[in-house]
Amino acid sequence: MISFSEIETTVKRATRSAGFPWGISEEVGKNIRLLEMFGLPGVKNINQYFKIYNVEKFEDINAFSRSNISKKHYCPIKAGVNFFDQSSTISDLGQLEINNLAFPLLFIPFVSRTSELIGKRIFLKMDNKEFLFNFNQSIYSNYLSGDIVERSEKINLQFLENKNSFSETEWSELYKISENTFVEESDELKEKAAGAGLTDND
Amino acid sequence: MNIQLRDPKNLMKLSKLGSFHQSKLSFLRSFLNEFKDWEYKRDLFELNEKGYGRAVYSFSKKNKTYSLVCFANEISDEERSDRVIATKWDAAFTLHDGVPTKEDLERLALNVPKQEVGRLSYKELTLSRANKSVRIFDHVVDSLSKGNQPNTELLSKVGYLYRTTAVYGSGKFGLADRFRIKNREEIYGPFRLEMMLVYLVRQFTFDQVNHIARHKNPNTAIELDLNICRNLGIGNSTGLGMAPFIVNHPILLNNWILARETALKKIREIERATKEELNIFKKCLVRSLKNVTNWNTDSEFQNKKIKQLTEDLEKFIKFLNEDFSFENTFPFNKIYIWAEENVGDECIEYIVSMMMEPYDEIVNPLTHKMSSEEDQHFNIPINRTIEELRNILEKRYSEILKIDFKKKENNQNFWFISKNKEEPRVANRYEMEGSNLEQPLAIARDIKKLYETIFTQKNSLKIGKFLTNHNDLRHVVRRAFIAEKFPYAEIQDNTIGSQLMPIDMLRLKLSFFGAIKFDPRSDKWLRICMFQGAPLPSDLKSFDNHWIYNSLN
Repeated sequence: MISFSEIETTVKRATRSAGFPWGISEEVGKNIRLLEMFGLPGVKNINQYFKIYNVEKFEDINAFSRSNISKKHYCPIKAGVNFFDQSSTISDLGQLEINNLAFPLLFIPFVSRTSELIGKRIFLKMDNKEFLFNFNQSIYSNYLSGDIVERSEKINLQFLENKNSFSETEWSELYKISENTFVEESDELKEKAAGAGLTDND
Repeated sequence: MNIQLRDPKNLMKLSKLGSFHQSKLSFLRSFLNEFKDWEYKRDLFELNEKGYGRAVYSFSKKNKTYSLVCFANEISDEERSDRVIATKWDAAFTLHDGVPTKEDLERLALNVPKQEVGRLSYKELTLSRANKSVRIFDHVVDSLSKGNQPNTELLSKVGYLYRTTAVYGSGKFGLADRFRIKNREEIYGPFRLEMMLVYLVRQFTFDQVNHIARHKNPNTAIELDLNICRNLGIGNSTGLGMAPFIVNHPILLNNWILARETALKKIREIERATKEELNIFKKCLVRSLKNVTNWNTDSEFQNKKIKQLTEDLEKFIKFLNEDFSFENTFPFNKIYIWAEENVGDECIEYIVSMMMEPYDEIVNPLTHKMSSEEDQHFNIPINRTIEELRNILEKRYSEILKIDFKKKENNQNFWFISKNKEEPRVANRYEMEGSNLEQPLAIARDIKKLYETIFTQKNSLKIGKFLTNHNDLRHVVRRAFIAEKFPYAEIQDNTIGSQLMPIDMLRLKLSFFGAIKFDPRSDKWLRICMFQGAPLPSDLKSFDNHWIYNSLN
């Protein structure tokens, strides 16, 4: 079995050899390691991407907007780096759309890391595949095939506001159960067991 | 008294880092402290009369076991090479996580002797190989088989029976990734498992010579005297592979240096030293002197340093005996200040190491702070500004910014990875081909370029925005923000200049390993000795913490 460390080093070198700067190559090495750790086919996709990278000219997205449309396919690495670097302003958009992204799985780890950086969950729909990014701690997805995905016609991306996944009533009920571990304080306990005095005016 | 940590601008110069010595913080010493109450066993020893075959050694505690699996092979003299380009070795080793099954041993027998072209699994933690020091090995076998102990003078000149030529870990060749094991308390210190492998290999070398001698002449053979065993270590030939490591792991480098500097600061802040502490300091200093007088090397570079060290140590001892009183307040601070004013870097760093010897309570907690989580600091803080980046560069890299990279001599070398062995190399960019495939190890040059580039940028510009058009500098932008938080993360020197001595980088790392007797064979590789004087596995329950100086008596 190839170790994750070998994957990271080899991908970093391969990315450099494809002509990317060292700093981006470092990012891609980390990203493919991340994909493989999350059980997604990083090595397969980057390998296929490098086969056609110099043949097919991809488009860059230098500045993200709510709608990013190109006749040519966007490069997932350049798009990913810029997405990460501009994430603080992009997240203000709330949601955005990218049409025609090549090898979209290579874009995924940039989104996952962005979720951690901005402290928000991100929901991404890529054609019929759905991904929920949880602060780079996990990726929840309905995509399990492990195949190479060469193109995505349409990606919808939504920055999710930090809010509870439960109602106030559900929380109150749970809190009440937790209170059963507390001791009801008698006057004597109030006087003798607390660290501070009975009044703060001393 | 509040002593400041030493300034990285001076300390992180290569010539200074290349003067570091082993200390109580060294990994082989902290490894022995950690594993002293583990149960040691020789689980398997199946060698033929010539000493070829397999063996397994283990350390166990509760339900945890680490097993060294050894394969001793027959090779011809022509096949024996210490260089990384070798393909056969006298012995090959792996450290297995747990107790190896019969199937594991069969799998390992097919792969471990092949080293870089074999494949290991997540169940293996480290991988290594070693060659005999043939002259010494044969002499020991010959002497023992005739009923005599070997010539200790001859042994002390070399110091080992075998020398390793590489010790791999952290996911190389399929070995376990670090994340699988990093939370284990017993290995929460850098290179613990590499140290364990080397330590157990040392025991294998003793068992092997005894075994061969016994088969050579069963009637007269005796076993190698245990005191002689204790005075033998394991040699190591180290090439350029180690040099990029300290550049590629800036936070780890910081944590090693910071631990050393924190220990020094705390010791200098001690107002009154006890009699016992002073005795330990003096005893270690005196006993360690043989470390210097027995330091044999043909290297002119190193001999010059040893000569200076010897003279400086004589001066230091004279100072201690004639002009210094330990009744003084802050005695170690006074010693340190004297050293700064009167002796060279080799001696200053030697004294710093010695000053740690009496202070377990200061040094031991620091050994647990010498690992790092580089990944946690990988993301570039895109919302910071150019002004902040410029301030970091001016504060953390002021020495580097003085270097003029337009001068040919400051730009002379380039680092690359050889296609044949996937190993780092350094070459003259004006004379050799390949600089177009240069590795990103010219940090000083690239930092200077970054500084010049941001000079024309708006102060308020966000880093994320700046990178859109400057991704060629992304790797050094990342480093600058790491250096902001970790003051000892960067070598404050030019790693591509004509004056570069790559062995300074090797020496820095090896001193933290705990190596002694640095023996440069060129400016690019050296030999060292590890575990010389160390307790044997049977001694581990109770041993002298200052064993590193025992070998010299």
